[in-house]
Amino acid sequence: MSAIAAPSPAPAAAQRRPGLGRLTHVELRKMTDTRAGLWLLLATAGLTAAIVVIVCLAGDAGDRTFKNLLSAALQPVALLLPVAGILLVTSEWTQRTSLVTFALVPQRGRVLMAKLLAGCVLGVAATLLAVAVAGVATAIAASDADGVWSFSAGLFLQDLFYVVTAMITGIAFGALLLVSAPAIVLLYVLPTAWAAIGSLSFMQKPAEWLDSTQTLDPMTDRLLSGGEWARALVSLALWMALPLAAGWWRVRRTELR
Amino acid sequence: MLPSMIETDGLTKRLGGRTIVEDVTFRCDPGTVTGFLGPNGAGKTTTMRMLCGLSQPDGGRATILGGDYRALPNPGQRVGILLDASAQHAGRRGREVLAVSAQTIGVPERRADELLERVGLDASAGRKRVRQYSLGMRQRLGLAHALLGEPEVLILDEPANGLDPEGMRWMRELLRDFADRGGTVLLSSHLLREVEAVADRLVIIGHGRIAAQGTRDELLAGGGTVVRATDGVRLRSALDGAGLSARSQGDGGFLVDAEPEQVGHAALAGGVVLTALGPAEGAGLEQLFFDLTGNEAAHPAAAAADTPDLEPVR
Repeated sequence: MSAIAAPSPAPAAAQRRPGLGRLTHVELRKMTDTRAGLWLLLATAGLTAAIVVIVCLAGDAGDRTFKNLLSAALQPVALLLPVAGILLVTSEWTQRTSLVTFALVPQRGRVLMAKLLAGCVLGVAATLLAVAVAGVATAIAASDADGVWSFSAGLFLQDLFYVVTAMITGIAFGALLLVSAPAIVLLYVLPTAWAAIGSLSFMQKPAEWLDSTQTLDPMTDRLLSGGEWARALVSLALWMALPLAAGWWRVRRTELR
Repeated sequence: MLPSMIETDGLTKRLGGRTIVEDVTFRCDPGTVTGFLGPNGAGKTTTMRMLCGLSQPDGGRATILGGDYRALPNPGQRVGILLDASAQHAGRRGREVLAVSAQTIGVPERRADELLERVGLDASAGRKRVRQYSLGMRQRLGLAHALLGEPEVLILDEPANGLDPEGMRWMRELLRDFADRGGTVLLSSHLLREVEAVADRLVIIGHGRIAAQGTRDELLAGGGTVVRATDGVRLRSALDGAGLSARSQGDGGFLVDAEPEQVGHAALAGGVVLTALGPAEGAGLEQLFFDLTGNEAAHPAAAAADTPDLEPVR
């Protein structure tokens, strides 16, 4: 038997297009099979553990509740994981693997969808990891007082929402710019820029609706009111949905070189 | 006639007001190797990217296996593509590159190991990151990648670039074997010598337009006869006496616009001792190629160095 491809009539598998589940699995694999991707994820996990330890050691005894520790654990996740999302898209361009990816799957929208799904899977996994870390820390470091474990399903869903939207925002920025460095810089500069803009008195009101750092901040602390949800969704429309739509259009239309 | 595997009809592409590819029409049939020849910047790469659905034509049509490439449900199992050997993630291991694509198109991951061996990359090379690969190794990895899905059609852009002479011979044999068993191969090159040994058909492109196409034998024939003698002056007068038009090649030999037999008769009549006599294969083709490439063809080494998209720039 020869290992070389034998030109043969198309087998049944050639008639089936790769399913979204398989493509999502491939995208998750691509996030972890390069040194840069793997270290980014390990660094996120490490920081999550470290920040929980710091809060346990340095914080007041009253702060050592499951809810507070989880809120702290989610900060590195929400900060670093979007970079993995950015790289998931931009590395296809900077490393020029898009030539291979889109030759194998010509429907670019399907590839993007798989990247978004992979990002969501990673976001959920990271949230669960944060829950586990915060749980262990609470069991070890919290006092016996009542209420250290008080938590609600609604808050957990908000945590998931917080991390997953951060991840999607990263992918959207990556798709919009297609180059890693500007996308990462933009992701980190925006909150600072908003802080500066929001300090101008006439911008205070719009910032309450448009600055996603401000609108999403209470997400991990308490259940949001209807008004707070409205602000969160408006800011996400601006910083997540709009870049995603523009990036989607760009990825589908751009000429590959 | 068998259906053609690759077909372009009036394919045209404009970029920034410049026409990169203009009215390119050719076809590739099963069991053949087609050499797509032209100097750098002639439009080979753009044509191939339009074939693979990666670039949208501004005019004309490209079909593969009878339809649009993008309409193939799982193209990786029908068409093997190597567009740029350097377009791989530098931080990914060689075997992993193949394994990721194997998973994408739904073939078992052990195909990755089989193909690494098939293209002469051992297990330790498979464990190395692509960053550490030479261009020749990347070409081998790219060829393995193209063969992953046991395709019927191969589309290879400058696959010989960076290969050593032994590697080039190996690749020629692999492609010949693939075509002999019914496969269809389209491979591009900017060097005539690289493809004339393997291609059945040649499509020559320059400045975005097809300059010539046909079977290799058709294109290589009709070049006249090359002849040399111990005494060049007497040879020239013998040829003149027979009424044959001859051009001095500058090395004591002549390129004669006649069949070898006529030249032999002329030499016999003139009593000249010949040291060489034979058909001038490809002289016409070489001249055509030279006209297309200008000075570049005279310095193939310089031309080879001038392929920016095949060299890692980072």
